[in-house]
Amino acid sequence: MVTTYLFYFLSFLAIMFGLMVVLSKNPIHSVLYLVLCFFTIAGHYVLLNAQFLAVVHVIVYSGAIMVLFLFVIMLLNLNKETEPHKSIWLKGSAAIAAGSLLLVMVGSLKGATTIQSTNAFNPNIGLIENLGTTLFKDFLLPFEVSSILLLAAMVGAVMLGKKSIK
Amino acid sequence: MQPLTKRSKVVVNKEMSLYERIYLPAIFSGMMITFSHFFKKKPTIQYPEQTREFSAVYRGQHVLKRDDNGAERCTACGLCAVACPAEAITMTAAERKPGEEKLYREEKYAAVYEINMLRCIFCGDCEDACPKEAIFLTDRKVNSELNRKSFVYGKNILVEGVEKDKRVDVSKRQTPGVLEFKKHKQFEHNR
Amino acid sequence: MTLGYVIYKLVLAVIVFAVTLLIAMYSTYAERKVAGFLQDRLGPNRAGWFGILQPVADAVKLFMKEEVIPSVSNRTLFIVAPGLSLLTACMTGVVIPWGTSITLFGTSYSLQVTDLNIGILYLFGVVSIGVYGIMIGGWASNNKYSLLGAMRASSQMISYEVAMGISIIALIMTTGTLSVGQIAAQQQGWHWNVLVQPLGCLIFIICAFAETNRAPFDLPECEQELVGGYHTEYSSMKMGFYLFAEYINMFVSSAVISTFYFGGYNMPFVGRFIHDGNLLAILGVVFLFAKIFFGIFFFMWVRWTIPRFRYDQLMNLGWKTLIPLSILNLVLTGAWMMRHEILSVFIK
Repeated sequence: MVTTYLFYFLSFLAIMFGLMVVLSKNPIHSVLYLVLCFFTIAGHYVLLNAQFLAVVHVIVYSGAIMVLFLFVIMLLNLNKETEPHKSIWLKGSAAIAAGSLLLVMVGSLKGATTIQSTNAFNPNIGLIENLGTTLFKDFLLPFEVSSILLLAAMVGAVMLGKKSIK
Repeated sequence: MQPLTKRSKVVVNKEMSLYERIYLPAIFSGMMITFSHFFKKKPTIQYPEQTREFSAVYRGQHVLKRDDNGAERCTACGLCAVACPAEAITMTAAERKPGEEKLYREEKYAAVYEINMLRCIFCGDCEDACPKEAIFLTDRKVNSELNRKSFVYGKNILVEGVEKDKRVDVSKRQTPGVLEFKKHKQFEHNR
Repeated sequence: MTLGYVIYKLVLAVIVFAVTLLIAMYSTYAERKVAGFLQDRLGPNRAGWFGILQPVADAVKLFMKEEVIPSVSNRTLFIVAPGLSLLTACMTGVVIPWGTSITLFGTSYSLQVTDLNIGILYLFGVVSIGVYGIMIGGWASNNKYSLLGAMRASSQMISYEVAMGISIIALIMTTGTLSVGQIAAQQQGWHWNVLVQPLGCLIFIICAFAETNRAPFDLPECEQELVGGYHTEYSSMKMGFYLFAEYINMFVSSAVISTFYFGGYNMPFVGRFIHDGNLLAILGVVFLFAKIFFGIFFFMWVRWTIPRFRYDQLMNLGWKTLIPLSILNLVLTGAWMMRHEILSVFIK
């Protein structure tokens, strides 16, 4: 019972913070609302008995990525005065694009049916031991490939960061 | 080139060895040095309760002496003001009127005698210059004040009291040797 | 989950919180006293007996000071930031095992508020959140010195988190658990982790210094270059919060270092002479606190010995020395753990 209420509470908060990210004028506020949104999502992970995922979510997203976001935005010093003027055409086309995306999503959700999972749901899958065995046994190749992707991204960042390439 | 002192060292910007580049031994030895200071005797003087020992010839706040009968010795000759390197002393002379013999020893006296304690450097030249043994520096400290004006000390502060117990003892600075020295007028500063 | 259980956990949490604050309070006094003694001075000794009331005097002074909020600052965030800093500092205490368990009236009460199965990661997560208090505070002040100080602090913390994380991974590999309670329990007698992981321990301690922004890594608040770092614009108790958070962080990191590497509440040879469980638990708490106090003293000792790093030196040390060293440590640990498998390959 408590978990149900917690779920609704966290979902409400997540959606509210998500909306605040979009609606707040100040980009710094947007980032901070996004951090709060991530915290509520971490709460959802805890409700799913996946503490490891929750904590890693907090460490990686809130603790590292969003800090870098905040860094960049603070250094750019975006505020109302420096905001470029957007023409009515741009606003109109943005509204049409977002509206059609909404339309697609509503349409696809309308025709969707709940998919029955073939495997029985294991409530302990989120615990670290199970997650480890799953990652390193069943999904070893995707895991390693993603690490290569990260490595490639890192090398690319170093290349971009270098002043001159000989 | 000839080294200026014996302690001068030639600085070499050489590569550090591996032992030096680990830094940890250096850090450790540094920490041992600070730790040894933990147990050293502290030289702190807990001021209001303890006071620093003063030298016998400490030069602190001035006093304008009276003679044995209680008359002021100062004749406002102005030699102290001339001698003062910081130009801290100012005075106004006045003539003694009949009936004031008890107050002033000679016919001329200082009606106003002021020392600016912020300018004074406590060198003691005024004391040396004085031909009448009237001004002395004592081992008293100059008090702190809240504004600059209060540091200009007038006669009310500088002149010692008439009563026996209010006299200021300057025997440490007025030793027989000093008196003997002052008699010899061939020394420049005694002229 | 009975009511008694909830009350016991609440009481324990409140005690941990109170003790944390008390120790942080007296760390300020200890810092000034230690600094004095290391520099041949006496330190504060006027308020109370040996100056023991100095923290109270400081607190009263901070409360009485005028509170200045810059008119151009972002008011809400300006007020939230120091609180956030203090909150994250206080949150870490719950996963640290302060002792084994005390048996009262037939019920065993563990002296750890909660033994999360991901305790280490929780600690790590809270530390990574700690950056926000500093960054938001620096930005909300609307002052370039504050912003630069905040940038320095956060980039320093992020850089050193990497090496810290990798050194912890090596520790996790040898202990085989993420639970702080189990790590402490494994180190009975002489099985302290520092003997297994000396390099990892060294890296962890250095990173802990950097994470708490203590000297020689106190660049975020270096007075000469950045006026006052991220708390330039703060005054009164808000600045007190920032300073207090630093001392709480110092206490917590000493506790974490003691628990991870120096045996936590364990002490060799004690188990041989004392067999009473409760007495042993209380002694364990005493031992842990002795280790923590030594850790705090060590923090101060280093602060008053070693000069501050330059910023490029700091980054070089973090990225070019500590991270490769911690990866080396990780590889060596892995090789040692798999030594039989590796040897069997060669013997064949």
